[in-house]
Amino acid sequence: MKTVVVVGHGMVGHRFVEGLRRRDTGDAWRVVVLAQENRPAYDRVALSSYVGDASAEDLTLDGHDPLVELHLDEPVVGIDLAGRTVRTGKGRDVAYDELVLATGSVPFVPPVPGRDQDGVFVYRTLDDLDGLRAAAEEATAHAGAGRRAGVVVGGGLLGLEAANALRQLGLSPHVVEMAPRLMPVQVDEGGGALLARLVSELGLRVHTGVSTSSIARDHRGGLTVTLSDGTELDASVVVFSAGIRPADALAREVGLEVGERGGVLVDERCRTYAEHVWAIGEVAAVKGRTYGLVAPGYAMAEVVAERLTGGEGRFTEADLSTKLKLLGVDVASFGDAHATTPGALEVTLNDPVAGTYSKLVVSDDAQTLLGGVLVGDASDYETLRGFLGATLPGDPMSLIAPSSGEAVGFEALPDGAQICSCNAVTKGALVEAISSGEATTVPQLKACTRAGTTCGSCVPTLAKVLTSCGVEVSKALCEHFVQSRAELYEIVMVTGLTTFSAIVEQYGTGRGCDVCKPAVASMLATLAGGHVLDGESAALQDTNDHFLANLQRNGTYSVVPRLPGGEVTGEGLIAIGSVAKDFGLYTKITGGQRIDMFGARVEQLPAIWKRLVDAGFESGHAYGKSLRTVKSCVGTDWCRYGVQDSVGLAVALELRYRGLRSPHKLKSGVSGCARECAEARSKDFGIIATETGWNLYLGGNGGFTPRHAELIASDLDTTTLVRTIDRFLMFYVRTADRLQRTAPWIESLEGGIDHLRDVIMSDSLGICASLDEQMARHVAGYADEWAAVLDDPDKLERFTSFVNAPGVPDPTIEFVDHLGRRVPAGMKDGQPTDLAALGLGGVPITDGARIPMGAPA
Amino acid sequence: MSHTDGSPGMSLDVVAQPAKDPQPKPVDPPDPASGTGWTEVCPLDRLQPERGVCALVDGEPVAVFRTHDDRLFALHNVDPFSNASVLSRGIVGDLGGTPVVASPLYKQHFSLESGTALEDSDVVVATYPVRVVNGTVEVGRG
Ligand SMILES: Cc1cc2nc3c(=O)[nH]c(=O)nc-3n(C[C@H](O)[C@H](O)[C@H](O)COP(=O)(O)OP(=O)(O)OC[C@H]3O[C@@H](n4cnc5c(N)ncnc54)[C@H](O)[C@@H]3O)c2cc1C
Ligand code: SF4
Ligand code: FES
Repeated sequence: MKTVVVVGHGMVGHRFVEGLRRRDTGDAWRVVVLAQENRPAYDRVALSSYVGDASAEDLTLDGHDPLVELHLDEPVVGIDLAGRTVRTGKGRDVAYDELVLATGSVPFVPPVPGRDQDGVFVYRTLDDLDGLRAAAEEATAHAGAGRRAGVVVGGGLLGLEAANALRQLGLSPHVVEMAPRLMPVQVDEGGGALLARLVSELGLRVHTGVSTSSIARDHRGGLTVTLSDGTELDASVVVFSAGIRPADALAREVGLEVGERGGVLVDERCRTYAEHVWAIGEVAAVKGRTYGLVAPGYAMAEVVAERLTGGEGRFTEADLSTKLKLLGVDVASFGDAHATTPGALEVTLNDPVAGTYSKLVVSDDAQTLLGGVLVGDASDYETLRGFLGATLPGDPMSLIAPSSGEAVGFEALPDGAQICSCNAVTKGALVEAISSGEATTVPQLKACTRAGTTCGSCVPTLAKVLTSCGVEVSKALCEHFVQSRAELYEIVMVTGLTTFSAIVEQYGTGRGCDVCKPAVASMLATLAGGHVLDGESAALQDTNDHFLANLQRNGTYSVVPRLPGGEVTGEGLIAIGSVAKDFGLYTKITGGQRIDMFGARVEQLPAIWKRLVDAGFESGHAYGKSLRTVKSCVGTDWCRYGVQDSVGLAVALELRYRGLRSPHKLKSGVSGCARECAEARSKDFGIIATETGWNLYLGGNGGFTPRHAELIASDLDTTTLVRTIDRFLMFYVRTADRLQRTAPWIESLEGGIDHLRDVIMSDSLGICASLDEQMARHVAGYADEWAAVLDDPDKLERFTSFVNAPGVPDPTIEFVDHLGRRVPAGMKDGQPTDLAALGLGGVPITDGARIPMGAPA
Repeated sequence: MSHTDGSPGMSLDVVAQPAKDPQPKPVDPPDPASGTGWTEVCPLDRLQPERGVCALVDGEPVAVFRTHDDRLFALHNVDPFSNASVLSRGIVGDLGGTPVVASPLYKQHFSLESGTALEDSDVVVATYPVRVVNGTVEVGRG
């Protein structure tokens, strides 16, 4: 295994690690991250929300991976290019095969006399904001008369964000900008004038065309800021936001080439001038140019991740559009906002009464959109940006004229239009995700395309894309019920109705379908209990639940006995093996630590299960939308690292929740220590042992859009752990949509995991008693479904090939030998897998006789 | 297995049909003169409403369904989308008022009355006449 050392765990370093791990399917790379900050990467773009109600945890970017070693608070202080090692601040030398510099930028603080005092801050890290908050609190606490002021030096994008933060912290902000207007980089003169007016209305005091001459402490302990025009401002805090400089000191020290204006010089593959050293993000100067936005940084991260895994990525161009997230004032600029393209024309609409300013920059024939600036109302930003470089659907003026209403038709956008610039997601990709049925809601779109997961500015557009694709965001379960699944669950719970007929008659229309019937069957299983094949319920079940086995593509079934926690005895294996042999079943180990036997005909299921039940097995519910498995590692029983009995807990949890019907399948895992061998964090509820208890993670899913579970609580004792899981499961069963797995469910809760924590750990909704009671009833009411079928002749009657010819096996079912595996006749198309036959060497696998199979019974 | 009774005068134990149902009943016996045979399927009691059974009719698998309003339908059991013999194991309900069965494999819906797939009207499965004689369900040759 080779080692890549990443210097800096900022947004780009984090994205690089993620991108590499995603591509490195063969685990060829070990990743060592050396980070200066004392916390893992967080969403710097959303830094300002930390002043509001976001916690540091909210901003933390996810990621936990056994192949990634993250060393916090351990900056790199030197590089030895020849020896291929780096020296850390803790005096360690770390060897690398490849080195990735992702050190970002440092705020530029102009040499103003007095800049080193207490009360002077920069605006870049969570620590900076903690300091700023403490100072602001102190200032407002001691405020004798009136509101205290804060001065922000720099009137660019970040300066305005900082000013807004000061306002939220209870200070009156002044903004000092040397240029003649605010946001000089993005906005032209006309836009700047309107912007100054709008932010003044928000309570910001704007000083343009002046610089800061000095900062001095006054006799009361405050600060006096003197401007170049002689103005003196009294302030409690000063924040410098006068630009950033690439953090390229390490590279300079070892003589790596840097750009004219700083930044480690790299080519479009992000290679520096030294072998095995790469640079990405704000510290990199790609062909001399640095980028102060996250999207180009992400693109560079992906380029290097691709290169290290044998790909051919290249960093080409970057979208430098910006939209100010300052509450209340919209500002956006995109493309060639200053009309620097030769021959470019400007179309401007300035409406001081409405407080809007719009400018479009178009090509000399007025056909192609090159850029623009919007102030006061930027609602057309995403759509207009989508037209960049494309032919406009009409006269440019009509696009920004207020009377035009819907003139900027979203439908007219070309498929290549980028909707999410942070993650380079085009309209085409979104439409594709929607039309393939993968996404029908905004959270699903975010999950499967990553659009909207960074700065969030494109989220409103995502909703527009959904509507433009004709997706009505309706909660109705199906044509028979206008209620959502959660609403219907409430109804069933409150009314105590126990049959589908009664429910559909009173609360729905028609006779139901394959959507609402299994959904109601699942609710009745939880709320009313009883066997899934009792009475009318039998008619509601999907074929899997109806035959208590998993339907496969040729109409046969697969059979999975429960192996709680993945434990199985030698006798158990022999019993399973002899069943597989006698019935000629193809056998495979599942990902959930069980054994799956394929190819059983419907009429064989009772005989198979008779043998399994006699051998002490019970239904594994692999067929149900229900608890599947609780996977475990061996923990303290055997493992020299184990700190808790992971097997014991896994078995207990699997037995507790077995048979629980839910909106979608549920999986769990328990690891005996932080090494996480059971992959618990990829499960709906995952438990990782600590020295003193258990950490509980919720909402991990594999499948289409894999997600790691999020930590909900640490160091729980076993009783609290189990009670918390009980409530999580019952709350999920009660409120999730049909086929909504736990990850999207948590995402759909307003307030996400924090809300969930409040509900199930602090009982914020006052429902815990009822959740507990329901779970207690489930646990007490459990009975093995297969044993019950074997005891009931009426239920057994269903398991027949033909009602009028029970002895005749289904003639349409045939098996063939495919490379030694017994599979249904009529193979689906697939890639050939015999590597020897493909000339790739190895053992030919065409010898069917090599794997003996029992004759079909 | 085949029960062929062409006598038109036999006592038909036809299931009571609710007056609200305006649709023609697909259980009419075919013209006995055509010589179509009938195959016994099972006692009517064995057919749970809104659930199917599979019968062997002249060597062909046929799915027989009973809807909630006690109408009987029979379709060929092979789902043309998957070529698996599974339609009898699908969920029975209605869509837009049409009684349907959903294939348990890929969930396309077939009209019980016409055998047509709602998702693709070019795909049609064969339908068969069904009747009840002395409490026994019988399927005719399609
Ligand atoms: C308030 C604010 C708002 C922003 N808003 C937007 C926005 O709306 N849109 C947008 O696109 N961008 C925005 N940005 C910019 C965006 O945050 C950056 O472009 C992005 O974070 C760059 O990522 P990076 O990984 O290159 O650098 P950083 O995120 O700065 O990460 C670099 C990391 O490396 C560490 N480091 C430095 N030196 C060493 C060393 N020697 N050893 C180890 N570690 C080291 C640093 O401590 C830091 O944690 C904003 C930035 C701020 C501050
Ligand atoms: S997770 Fe820990 S206890 Fe469990 S097997 Fe791995 S190293 Fe051992
Ligand atoms: S544009 Fe930033 S998240 Fe989509």
